[in-house]
Amino acid sequence: MKNVDLVIIGGGSAGLAASVGAFDSGIKDILIIERNPFLGGILNQCIHNGFGLSEFKEELTGPEFASRFEKQVEDRKIPYVLNTTVTSITKDKVVTYTNEKEGVVEVQAKAIIMAAGCYERNAGAIGIPGDRPAGVITAGQAQLFLNEYGYMVGKKVFILGSGDIGLIMARRLTLEGAKVLGVAELCAWSNGLNRNMVQCLYDYDIPLYLSHTVTRVIGKGRVEAIEISQVDERMNPIHGTEKRFDVDTLVLSIGLVPNNNLLTDLGVEVGRSRGAAVNQNYETSIEGIFSCGNVLHVHDLVDYVVDEAREAGRSAARYLLEGKKETSKNIPVNPGEGIGYVVPSKLDVLSLKEKTAFKFRVRKPSKNVFIDYIVDGVTVKSTFKPVIIPSEMEVFNLPKNLLENAQQSIVISMRAKE
Amino acid sequence: MEHDLICIVCPRGCHLHVDENLKVTGNFCPRGEAYGKQEVTNPTRVVTSTVKINGSDLAMCPVKTFSPIPKGKIFDVMASINKVEIDAPVHIGDVIIHDVCGTGVDIVATRDMERI
Repeated sequence: MKNVDLVIIGGGSAGLAASVGAFDSGIKDILIIERNPFLGGILNQCIHNGFGLSEFKEELTGPEFASRFEKQVEDRKIPYVLNTTVTSITKDKVVTYTNEKEGVVEVQAKAIIMAAGCYERNAGAIGIPGDRPAGVITAGQAQLFLNEYGYMVGKKVFILGSGDIGLIMARRLTLEGAKVLGVAELCAWSNGLNRNMVQCLYDYDIPLYLSHTVTRVIGKGRVEAIEISQVDERMNPIHGTEKRFDVDTLVLSIGLVPNNNLLTDLGVEVGRSRGAAVNQNYETSIEGIFSCGNVLHVHDLVDYVVDEAREAGRSAARYLLEGKKETSKNIPVNPGEGIGYVVPSKLDVLSLKEKTAFKFRVRKPSKNVFIDYIVDGVTVKSTFKPVIIPSEMEVFNLPKNLLENAQQSIVISMRAKE
Repeated sequence: MEHDLICIVCPRGCHLHVDENLKVTGNFCPRGEAYGKQEVTNPTRVVTSTVKINGSDLAMCPVKTFSPIPKGKIFDVMASINKVEIDAPVHIGDVIIHDVCGTGVDIVATRDMERI
């Protein structure tokens, strides 16, 4: 069996940045395993610009951002395999992968970083009523077909879900000559970044139907029409509000889910983000197995992904160089009132650094609120937020002295200003 | 005329107010001020798209306008981009169309694509 110090599963933005973080911290024996025939992952199909503003202080397209990290990996001569799928990992860190050249291969790793990204929720996940014709496609799949293979997915399109990929595809399909008749969003607010609302919908006069969902797909063989309905505050369709759109394609942008199956198969503890439950070192409940990027929690910006992944890489390097920690003390970090999830979901108070970053999302858009950081029932820090929205991840650093004496729990909670 | 805009320079999305004297408020950084003025006088956008590529492992090569172009020219620029066919290899920054639609801006490749 091959032996490798650090196996990184996934060669997208998270995997590449994690490898750089680990390499620069002294780990040279690394193997990145990538399923696609190229590195860079999903960035390659994200041909729009807006990437890299915080990482490189300039505005890049997805493929350009990816190539910067590919170059960092090539410069360090970090080994990788392409066209290769990991089929399983064990608690003892044996990674089994398969590809056409080598067949089935087992690798004994000393540490593993999971960086396998996320997948799209599809039509089956939301059970849209009506017919089952061709022409219902997820936004990322439409993006792949159009931007890498050059196939248009439709001429008259309706989009369900106002997530960023849906908005980006509304513009992209319009530019390539399709008519996008509208975007429906189940929530009463948009789930995309503000800038995408402006550049992708307002610029092209594409209507956004908030508090609406698709209640029927109509078509034999191919989509012929869809019907949307308004929903009430409990998100149930309101009878009598149906609107029909004659379209040939329904594009779904209804959420991303961490692609965490390899770890859930192992029985790794799962957090509220649906990725692994990790401590501030990005270590999962199995020692020496780390997780970062969209497989841990879905990010809105790749700049945050590479930042997180580099840190996970450095943590894995520390683990490999310093050996098994004799002591660790994991205190749960819980989302409180109004908070969807927090990463990390536990804190090893015995390995705290000067600052610990907490990343979280609120459940719904709110104005004039305080975010409270509560340690063992005592609020140790509050920050005021004039505006806070679910589509933008919040990051807040707490210093060591506020956390090191925690015994029971850390809670992040939202509170209205009185 | 006064304008209320959402700044698109970065993901922060500041809510800008631009008054008739082109005074910008609500911006977090100086780039927001520049954007606010630009947006009410001469709005511009970077256009990204793809061109057909021969001899590579994929059918399409991603491209962009090297700098923002006037918003009103977006569809003219798209029409020019869609007429072009290129041959691999191509590298990031290679000029695909020089001075597209008289904007003074080049269309450049945004992905390295080797010949296979």
